[in-house]
Amino acid sequence: MNTTVSHLLGRIGRYVFLSVVLGFFAIPLLWLATAPFDSTPKITTSMPDFALDNFRALLDNPYAVESLLNSVWLAGGTAILVVVFAALAAYALSRVRIPGRDALLYGLLLLSSIVTGTATMVPLFELAFRLNLIDSRLGVILIMSGGLLPAAIFILKDFMDSTPTSYEESARVFGASPLQIVRHIVVPLVRPGLATVAVWAVANVWGNFLVPYLLLRSPDKAPAAVIMYTLYTEGGQADLRLLSTFSLLYSLPVVLMFIFVSTRYGFRFHGGIKR
Amino acid sequence: MVQATSSPDTTEDTSTQQLPGARRDGASPDAAGLGRARAAAFVVPSMVLIVLFLVLPAAWTIYLGITNYRLTGLAAAHPEIVGLDNYTTALGDDRFLTSLGLTLQFVIGSAVIGQAGLGFAIAWTLRDRRGFVRRVVEAFVLLAWILPGSVVAFLWIALLDRDAGTLNAVLHTPGAAWLLDHPMLSIIVFNTWRGTAFSMMLYSAALGNVPPSHLETAKLAGANTWQQLRDVVFPRIRGHILTNLLLISLWTFNDFSPYLITAGGPEGKSEILAVYVYKVALSGGQLGFGSAISFLMLLINLVLALVYLRMLGRRKEEA
Repeated sequence: MNTTVSHLLGRIGRYVFLSVVLGFFAIPLLWLATAPFDSTPKITTSMPDFALDNFRALLDNPYAVESLLNSVWLAGGTAILVVVFAALAAYALSRVRIPGRDALLYGLLLLSSIVTGTATMVPLFELAFRLNLIDSRLGVILIMSGGLLPAAIFILKDFMDSTPTSYEESARVFGASPLQIVRHIVVPLVRPGLATVAVWAVANVWGNFLVPYLLLRSPDKAPAAVIMYTLYTEGGQADLRLLSTFSLLYSLPVVLMFIFVSTRYGFRFHGGIKR
Repeated sequence: MVQATSSPDTTEDTSTQQLPGARRDGASPDAAGLGRARAAAFVVPSMVLIVLFLVLPAAWTIYLGITNYRLTGLAAAHPEIVGLDNYTTALGDDRFLTSLGLTLQFVIGSAVIGQAGLGFAIAWTLRDRRGFVRRVVEAFVLLAWILPGSVVAFLWIALLDRDAGTLNAVLHTPGAAWLLDHPMLSIIVFNTWRGTAFSMMLYSAALGNVPPSHLETAKLAGANTWQQLRDVVFPRIRGHILTNLLLISLWTFNDFSPYLITAGGPEGKSEILAVYVYKVALSGGQLGFGSAISFLMLLINLVLALVYLRMLGRRKEEA
């Protein structure tokens, strides 16, 4: 009798807890999903009055649309650089025996989690200034890549280590150059790893606020993260219609990418995160 | 840090000392006939970026931290070395010490209690569930995680808005402003909402490794939930807990996103170190002083990492 009562209480407790958790996480998200379609947005619990006017208003704002394109450039550029450089480095480190290689990799990974953009914003700003990379998209891409590469190499080396070397050996017998081997044999074998790293790099850059905020001066180069912030801090009264619509458009690409990746490859931990 | 700075160079040195291509016909050829010289060429582009934008800034922070470098207007004055002045100034500065205390609150509140605590609680509650409920809860928590920081900040500003915010209305009488009255709690809740997914996923995976039979045995022996956790679950997933705490404490400690929601205000009541450095150095122009604070942040990061690695290492020795 006593055990059934406590069992029942436990069950009730679990459901109450899960409902609270669900409410906490879902309510802001549901607001984000509906507010853009509401022609009279107030942050109350009224039923939205469906309209697409807000999207038209957003298209009229030149910075908003342009900033999304800027985000695409920054995220795409960084992802390409990170994937190509990390793949080459991971391949070399996986196939050639160098003493102290694993210690080097662990050291770099540790370093990259300790040395963050926040703790080094002054020298990064200085460095960009001296290298003439202030207000340059390339500067943002290079700095973001530098920060992401250690973990990317670490993740990809894991993938490379687990692929057999026999294909590469036979290709070599037929006279393929190392670059050809990488392109035609290694890349197809580790494609899931490359996709993981690319998606992870895109997600990182897409949401990053600090680095572009520090380095990019002209508003027409700023990515969505920065423009969004200026939209809700400038001019006192924030335009809820514009901002909620912009939020949705800005979030959609990463959400879709995430859904694509998790249905295609399954979402799991790789490399440095997995222990 | 110094060790890591020098190791890439030594690696490249040893590889160029070997004759280019000498390995190709050697006794233990690598699979692709890469050779150490070519291998080095593959590694160099990454290393250049890492050294330039990760190692160099860390070293530069140390140097700038002992100078009186200031940015006045657009012209940068020449820095002079002033020794440890910046550090003594910082340690005697109320604003810095307050900021340090707020950062501690932020890390404990948002990372340890918020993300790790809530993340574990969700993973534990959902551990036996398959199907709809689990998928829905996990999907919403994950969505919060993948949204861009600026969007999440805007969402919480809107929800806590003085006049129109739903949450503000629930938590307070209209006209009162939750964000202004409880700035630290606001950014802790905001950051917990953003970050919990990582801990939840990590603990879900970890709980999958705890044999259900052990929990059953404990339950039959009359152990309550807390005893099951303490005696069966926690000892088995200690490595996961430590890894999780290390990563999320580091991330939270260095997180700049509270700037997006309160900008450190009102009156510096939510001015955590990341925001403090930005204000002092980049909007205030005191680059030298800001670098000294940055270096202290780097040191704290390093100590955090070393303590956790030490604990992990000890755990492995015991095993």
